[in-house]
Amino acid sequence: MAGTMLLDIKGVQTYYGNIRALNGVDVTVNQGEIVALIGANGAGKSTLMMTIFGAPRARAGTITFAGTNITQMPTHEIARLRIAQSPEGRRIFPRMTVMENLQMGASIDNLKHFDEDAEKVFALFPRLKERINQRGGTLSGGEQQMLSIGRALMGRPKLLLLDEPSLGLAPLIVKQIFDAIRELNRSQGLTVFLVEQNAFGALKLANRGYVMVNGNVTMSGTGKDLLANPEVRAAYLEGGHH
Amino acid sequence: MAVTVSPERDVVATPVQRAFREALYAGAIALGLFVLFIGLRTDQNISNELILVRRWGLLALVVVLTAVGRFLYVAYAQPFAASLKVADVATGLLPESMATRFFRLPYFIAAIVIAFALLVLAGSLDGLLGPDLAGYARFLRALAIIYAVASVMFYFRSFIHAHFSALGVSALALYPVIVVLTLALYTGSVAGGFQGSLKWVDNFGIQILIYVMLAWGLNIVIGLAGLLDLGYVAFYAVGAYAYALLGTHFGLSFWILLPAAGCMAAFWGVMLGFPVLRLRGDYLAIVTLAFGEIIRLVLINWREVTNGSARISGIPKVSFFGLMSFNVSDPNYIAKVLNIATSSAYYKIFLYYLILGLCLLTAFVTIRLRRLPVGRAWEALREDEIACRSLGINTTTTKLTAFATGAMFGGFAGSFFAARQGFVSPESFVFLESAIVLAIVVLGGMGSLAGIAVAALVMIGGTEALRELDFLKRVFGPDFTPELYRMLLFGMAMVIVMLWKPRGFVGSREPTAFLKERKTVSGSFTKEGHG
Repeated sequence: MAGTMLLDIKGVQTYYGNIRALNGVDVTVNQGEIVALIGANGAGKSTLMMTIFGAPRARAGTITFAGTNITQMPTHEIARLRIAQSPEGRRIFPRMTVMENLQMGASIDNLKHFDEDAEKVFALFPRLKERINQRGGTLSGGEQQMLSIGRALMGRPKLLLLDEPSLGLAPLIVKQIFDAIRELNRSQGLTVFLVEQNAFGALKLANRGYVMVNGNVTMSGTGKDLLANPEVRAAYLEGGHH
Repeated sequence: MAVTVSPERDVVATPVQRAFREALYAGAIALGLFVLFIGLRTDQNISNELILVRRWGLLALVVVLTAVGRFLYVAYAQPFAASLKVADVATGLLPESMATRFFRLPYFIAAIVIAFALLVLAGSLDGLLGPDLAGYARFLRALAIIYAVASVMFYFRSFIHAHFSALGVSALALYPVIVVLTLALYTGSVAGGFQGSLKWVDNFGIQILIYVMLAWGLNIVIGLAGLLDLGYVAFYAVGAYAYALLGTHFGLSFWILLPAAGCMAAFWGVMLGFPVLRLRGDYLAIVTLAFGEIIRLVLINWREVTNGSARISGIPKVSFFGLMSFNVSDPNYIAKVLNIATSSAYYKIFLYYLILGLCLLTAFVTIRLRRLPVGRAWEALREDEIACRSLGINTTTTKLTAFATGAMFGGFAGSFFAARQGFVSPESFVFLESAIVLAIVVLGGMGSLAGIAVAALVMIGGTEALRELDFLKRVFGPDFTPELYRMLLFGMAMVIVMLWKPRGFVGSREPTAFLKERKTVSGSFTKEGHG
């Protein structure tokens, strides 16, 4: 399975009004891989994530998912092709309970596999099971991130997009989350594309990585190579990792 | 238990001194505020000239009342409220709450005795006390009855809380029966019971239930889907005119036109929904407000169809499913069929049960929809539209179904309104109606059916009850009409409720899904102390 191209982003340009945020980005994600996109604030990482979901829409270039051109598709139809996202800022439903949040994640299949999938999520994040009847907004940041990922998994995705899963979390929780991502990839072969500022953790986790600067992909390679690369080390890693 | 020392003790000024100072400030502010509003009034004299009327006495009264009120509040009410929060040093217990002090058995018995005595004496009150004092006595009687009912409710509060819906529905179902029986006993004749029940069933019962239904319909749009709709009355108007026009021109029955009016309103809900799909919050509010006004102006100006401000009258009455009629001239008039005395109360009581049924239908549909995918999508949409889309939810159809469903119930309520009034005119569908319905939804707590029903009861029933306060005329003179102050009181009540309960009477949202057994939190997770 590994090796076939799942997500192919070619020459994508995205604008906010007249301001160009992405200047022709090429990124590929293969079946069964974990791919990390690292870069500084404002480099365009989250914009690329959102462009994949069609909001904002790419003005040039094509985005292909599993052979289907999704560049012009509405967001909800893209999601129905089983691309799931844990968006920036987690965006869980704060007044709904953990259970209801997970139900929302399973709404593509109309809750057909709900119980089975919920058990899988609880096995991955036992903490969520403790909080099952609690409102999303009352969870801690780490639990909200777990819920956001859990909710994304409820739709049985072929590709999981994670936008800064480590943002604002204690190192121990970040480790739990990264372990969970690795576990998902290893045991279920789930393809993961993640955007991170925590370059060290992300590149250690990823098979391959891309570095983004000012709306351009400037470097790519295996996670190990990028970690060893002196430029990457100087810009993103020196003194930064723990 | 920590012993708190109230900070006032340490301040140099005693509460009375402080209260005196604050009373002076309050008086000065009141003087500045009211000197033009109350102190001076423009009027016309006999030769049609504009003159200034000086009302310094009234101004002085208002200023003194303000100052005294502030003094009492700071000197006594505030320390008292603070003392309720301070635990007793010896026992570590908080003082008795205000409510338990207020509702005591001796008071309850006293209230019952007063109410009963005044009820027995009702006929001879005027003769015994003279008309002035009799008015006060009747007010005292009303207060005693309210106190007694409130005491019973307070005593059984946990039971009422646990069985609120069942108790509420049974109370509503029995309400006309109780009213008729009570009044029949009171007047001593069945006919008198029916005749006297008109006011209670129509002005209170039906009026309140119409607003309950409207508010529950709007609750779907605002409370569940989070779409702020200020033009809800437009759908009410569409439903009312649909029934009025089709009923008068084609003579179709209410039972056919009710669903038709609902469909028509739902159609207009979708028509409104399309252009506002991309709008949220305040922008959406403005557009829906405009939509409501457009519908009203069309109703006024499209005279050929709607008869403009001249209203459409002669709207047919609802029949009892075609079996019995409520028109005296019809051969199957209810009194003839059932062989009972003629009374206009039967129709009102029938209408009461009809609107009660429509309300229960609205509640039932709302409760069911919340558990279905579309209802869950509405609530998720209210929370986060972007997250919804990225979970594969089509937000376009979700919004349109919310608008259509809410509008449909507005249309049902509208056609009922037309049938009840017998006429429709554009004046019934002004923005104020939308605002009142919205206020009820917000006061009750968005999304909560029980809270909204209570809010409608308090707001609509409360303003209706103001009409009953005839004795105020004796206090403030015969020109005083309490109804004129009902919007002022409405506003004051809203401010107070919003300060006291900012999320409405029932602010918490009831989850739709539970895991059957609640798992206890295991020590291994709590120990970590993270997150």
